[in-house]
Amino acid sequence: MPKSSAPTRLAVRKTYKLYIGGAFPRSESGRTYLVKGDNVALASRKDVRDAVSAARKAQAKWAGATAYNRGQILYRAAEMLEGRRKEFTALGVPAAEVEAATDRLVWYAGWSDKIAQVVGAANPVAGPFFNLSAPEPTGVVGVVAPASLLGLVSVIAPAIVTGNTVVVLAPGPQAAITLAEVLATSDLPGGVVNILTGHPAETAPWLASHDDVNALDLTGVDDAALATELERAAAGNLKRVLRPAEVAGDFTADPGLHPMTALLETKTVWHPKGF
Amino acid sequence: MSLFEYAPAPESRSIVDIAPSYGLFIDGEFAAAKNAFKTVNPATEEVLSEVAVADAEDVDRAVAAARRAFESWSALPGAERAKYLFRIARIIQERSRELAVLESLDNGKPIKESRDVDLPLVAAHFFYYAGWADKLSYAGYGTTPLGVAAQVIPWNFPLMMLAWKIAPALATGNTVVLKPAETTPLTALFFADICRQAELPPGVVNIITGAGETGRLLVEHPDVNKVAFTGSTEVGRQIAQSVAGTRKRLSLELGGKAANIVFDDAPIDQAVEGIVNGIFFNQGHVCCAGSRLLVQESISDSFVEALKRRMATLRVGDPLDKNTDIGAINSAAQLARISDLSEIGSAEGAERWSPPCDLPTSGYWFAPTIFTGVTQAHRIAREEIFGPVLSVLTFRTPAEAIEKANNTPYGLSAGIWSEKGSLILAVADKLRAGVIWANTFNKFDPTSPFGGYKESGYGREGGRHGLEAYLA
Repeated sequence: MPKSSAPTRLAVRKTYKLYIGGAFPRSESGRTYLVKGDNVALASRKDVRDAVSAARKAQAKWAGATAYNRGQILYRAAEMLEGRRKEFTALGVPAAEVEAATDRLVWYAGWSDKIAQVVGAANPVAGPFFNLSAPEPTGVVGVVAPASLLGLVSVIAPAIVTGNTVVVLAPGPQAAITLAEVLATSDLPGGVVNILTGHPAETAPWLASHDDVNALDLTGVDDAALATELERAAAGNLKRVLRPAEVAGDFTADPGLHPMTALLETKTVWHPKGF
Repeated sequence: MSLFEYAPAPESRSIVDIAPSYGLFIDGEFAAAKNAFKTVNPATEEVLSEVAVADAEDVDRAVAAARRAFESWSALPGAERAKYLFRIARIIQERSRELAVLESLDNGKPIKESRDVDLPLVAAHFFYYAGWADKLSYAGYGTTPLGVAAQVIPWNFPLMMLAWKIAPALATGNTVVLKPAETTPLTALFFADICRQAELPPGVVNIITGAGETGRLLVEHPDVNKVAFTGSTEVGRQIAQSVAGTRKRLSLELGGKAANIVFDDAPIDQAVEGIVNGIFFNQGHVCCAGSRLLVQESISDSFVEALKRRMATLRVGDPLDKNTDIGAINSAAQLARISDLSEIGSAEGAERWSPPCDLPTSGYWFAPTIFTGVTQAHRIAREEIFGPVLSVLTFRTPAEAIEKANNTPYGLSAGIWSEKGSLILAVADKLRAGVIWANTFNKFDPTSPFGGYKESGYGREGGRHGLEAYLA
């Protein structure tokens, strides 16, 4: 009698694509590259431009959402990340780092409706005017992200909690795209976060010189010559630039306000008082 | 013939004693330099004085002096630094008429403005930041100064821009090398004398004069920790490129093309005054000038008529005359730029109008001018003219006004004129500009942060926010 045994079930693999405008498209270039056995989308210049246009399209509405709403969505993202921790540990992210990334999202979620109170001001001008300074998002932020999951969350969260939208060049593709799935299931409007995988050295110059990008976060750039080149390109339309840390960043430390304030403008409005 | 004839009412210039030549103020002493240039009164083209050109060696010496002074200045208790700044504020108040006359002579601005706007704000700025020096730990930006600050300022508000730069830098414990603009160096050199009168330690403030090359040498000096620049967006871009790859901190206050939006329910007379002040204050040499009037279509004809009536009463002439509203254009080069862009405005099809006015025969002058029938494609609606030239555009809905107002790479300031509070607040929320005036314009105060969005630069000057640019 022939031995009958149930065939072992073949696993369903994930295709790692880009995250642009809330969708998961392949690179328009059709290119992929091999990372730890997966064919991952290799983003091109055109993908950068598509992502910037998705980020621009989403920006006004996201900035106009209530701070309460933005905080709720970031907290929801923390819930989703907590729920998918096994996916990240399976990718080799240490459990402690997934937890720290989750906690970082919770920390930033709470900032949404507090940052204006901390960095705004009522200015006692010498005249009959009501004068108020309040922070506003810079707009579209280009991010060259660090490789770690905690680093990635630590650059995305401060940008979006303050009402910016981001185009992120992520060097650790599987974890980054898995994080995109977390965000896509957190009621985060499409286009607020866009993630491109591939080689930042190839795509970052296009992001740095793009005239519809308002700020550039170079936290993940560890090549000093590349950082200089990108900062110089960013001067074309006077982007706000966050330089890489002098000593490689310890993302477990208290981030402070700077990652948020660097991506905020201060608007001061004068109203006359009188009968 | 204007509506009223006024007898001349000149302010006496005898209050100012201008030396025939000035050296560089380095390490508490005036030092001679190899080369010099002349600074002229733009209202008469009369040479006022000869001023030194700082070369690479001079810049080195100035930065070295500031570096030496930094150690003790930054170590001084904040309360002591404060007292130096209070002293400076007081001396400025005491010498304010002298400085106002000097500013009008070198810059061409009406004495009414230098006396009643510039100088009071200069003194107030030092007074305000003096008080911060021993309270930095409450401000939220730390208490660590950056080091040597290289500061380059423009010619439109020479002493006020100096105050905006030097007061916060010193309060936070930095030392300074400042370069005033080529065409308006004199009040900065008088300020050097005020530093000596205040017995400010040598090297804490160094003033070097020269043109663009001196400025470039200063901001690119490797021993500078901080660069602060106010001026054109073009030069701002070059500076941003030059500091790339260094650890220098940078703040930039650059150009603007502000929209002044008049809704149909605006208080018309008040709005006309505000529009006139917005564009003709300081001959329009104001980065936050309201150079684009956006007026709601339903009232645009009558509003423009009222504006023209008001413009016809503006008095253009001798900056030292107390009745003068509009003084001289600061330089021949600036006059050429204003004239060129105005010619282009006509050539592109906009309708040009100026009130009849007699301009002096010597010096640099430009009559107050408005263009109607301007579209967003016209260069006079897109480029900063930096002169007394207003472009008038119309809109129908608030959404259209907002879109047109924001349709510029700049984002420094904007104005809103309406009697409806909720409309003002909603529109102010949507304008992408760092300073917004509602039913007023061109108001400044040391407590009020000033600075732009987008290509108008980054960083804020004034207020608690102004400390951030000088603390690590």
